[in-house]
Amino acid sequence: MNLSTATSHLRSEDINVWFGERHVLADVNLDFPSNQVTALIGPSGCGKSTFLRTLNRMHELIPSAGLAGSVLLDGQDIYGDGVNPVDVRIKIGMVFQKPNPFPTMSIKENILSGLKLSGRKFVNGDDIVETSLRRASIWNEVKDRLGEPAISLSGGQQQRLCIARSLAMEPEVLLMDEPCSALDPGSTRRIEETIEELSEAMTIVIVTHNMQQAQRVSHQTAFFLAEDGNPGTVVEFGSTDDVFNRPVDARTNDYVNGHFG
Amino acid sequence: MAAEQTKSGSTPQRRTLTVKPTLLGDKVFFGITSFTAYFSIALVGLVLVFLLIRAWPALQHEGINFLIGSTWDDSVQPMVMQIFPMLWGSILLALLGVLLAVPMAIALAYLIEFLAPKPIARVATLLVDLLAALPSVVIGLWGLFVFTPVAEGWSELLHKTLGWLPFFANETGNFSRSPFIAGWIVAVMIVPIITSVTREIFSQMDRDLINAAKALGGGMASTLTRVILPTASGGIVGGTLLGLGRALGETVAIFFVLNLSFDINWFDVSEARGGSIASMILSKLGEATDYEISGLMAAGVVLFVSTLIINFIAGYIVNRAQPWRK
Ligand SMILES: Nc1ncnc2c1ncn2[C@@H]1O[C@H](COP(=O)(O)OP(=O)(O)OP(=O)(O)O)[C@@H](O)[C@H]1O
Ligand SMILES: [Mg+2]
Repeated sequence: MNLSTATSHLRSEDINVWFGERHVLADVNLDFPSNQVTALIGPSGCGKSTFLRTLNRMHELIPSAGLAGSVLLDGQDIYGDGVNPVDVRIKIGMVFQKPNPFPTMSIKENILSGLKLSGRKFVNGDDIVETSLRRASIWNEVKDRLGEPAISLSGGQQQRLCIARSLAMEPEVLLMDEPCSALDPGSTRRIEETIEELSEAMTIVIVTHNMQQAQRVSHQTAFFLAEDGNPGTVVEFGSTDDVFNRPVDARTNDYVNGHFG
Repeated sequence: MAAEQTKSGSTPQRRTLTVKPTLLGDKVFFGITSFTAYFSIALVGLVLVFLLIRAWPALQHEGINFLIGSTWDDSVQPMVMQIFPMLWGSILLALLGVLLAVPMAIALAYLIEFLAPKPIARVATLLVDLLAALPSVVIGLWGLFVFTPVAEGWSELLHKTLGWLPFFANETGNFSRSPFIAGWIVAVMIVPIITSVTREIFSQMDRDLINAAKALGGGMASTLTRVILPTASGGIVGGTLLGLGRALGETVAIFFVLNLSFDINWFDVSEARGGSIASMILSKLGEATDYEISGLMAAGVVLFVSTLIINFIAGYIVNRAQPWRK
């Protein structure tokens, strides 16, 4: 199997989000260049997860969800007429905050689950399993127990398994919502290393509450903020180095230095 | 100081640890709950003992033939009582009922839990619960006067199109009072319990699993068959067997819609010959002699034990099917 090196360019244009009548995100314009890791930071409730979900059309699965604006993948609007959300989600993978392997499936079946769920034909399942697990740097830990239930793994291993599960789909973009928040420092470090390796082959967007993590893994950072009752907006967006060391906005400065939030 | 060294130099004695209640209120509560629990177990045992005592004459006389023989003849002395056709009939009805009810219940639960807008879901839930509350004699009357004429048509159609299958063969041309119709009635009676158990399990399901399936490109159907159903299967089987327990014991409704016959009907579901232990007891009880009543009690024991076995299997499957639940 050849690793996909084709990467793509993702871009949000004037993304606005409502839940029912409540306006929770306003005019988010962000650019996610190929092979770059972008960190989304900001206080709790400012809309980071919500924004992330608009990027692979998971947002619309929430019953009261409303949306305006567009998301372009290689210049094509993923919300455009005739675009199948399933195809979007295949190209833009997602890793959740809490590890969520399928409990009824073995480690191996979990890796192949996306291919089966989306009804894609594949040969050499074993190769796909090995390659995906290697890319998520968990192969050595599980190679002798591929048939065991996925939930027999530790939390950190489960999370890397979930990353591997997304990678089996060969996504062009990988979205990660606080992937390390439930994990110990050791597992966190391994996932950060994995992210770095993966960025050579894909575009990555990661939400994190950990400022050090944002600085360690990301090339660029967007700071979200929702001020008293107003919808969340991007206050500052730039290279990670700039956002953390030379922030333009005073609120960014306060946040990255731990003065609020 | 070495970490493994204890203060006294030797391993201290083991303490006895208990969780006995200490407060007066707790003691009273503990007493009442344990009494109730043991009492209900004792009650089940007593019912079984009572049935066995009354059933003994018939059981002793017939021996194992009571279970595996197929004759019920009151023209001889002492009369012959063997219930296999009724036992098999009960099993056949249960199988048919489950076959028809499970897909309906899953579809209903899925609709209520995942698809329907809130108000519709609420109305649907209400209707299903209402169905569970209908007395079985009402269902029986409905089955006899309303449903039978309709189902006869279905049965005839199945015979015409799929009559080459042994199940739908029909030599008499009579399609009423058949296991096919009774199976539908059983299904109607167990759909509510299976639906509500399934719905409960769907609603407790980790939404992250469903989201993960969607995020991996899963469609509605593939998410249901590959993720939701396997995860919920243990509970669904449990609910189904609970319903089955009810179906096996169902008496009146089946009595109305099924022709009881001691001529074994293995699987010709559209023929007007069938069996059901519970309905058989009902039909014979009115003019039974003492000895015959003993036979009916023995049939009751068989019913009782089959229900216990089913519940036992239910517990086993529910545990086995969800190894990740402890
Ligand atoms: N399913 C939903 N229904 C209604 N409102 C929602 C829903 N999900 C999120 N919200 C609201 O949208 C806003 C943004 O939530 P979101 O989860 O995106 O924040 P977040 O930045 O990810 O926070 P955290 O850092 O705590 O994860 C919040 O005010 C939240 O209450
Ligand atoms: Mg969040």
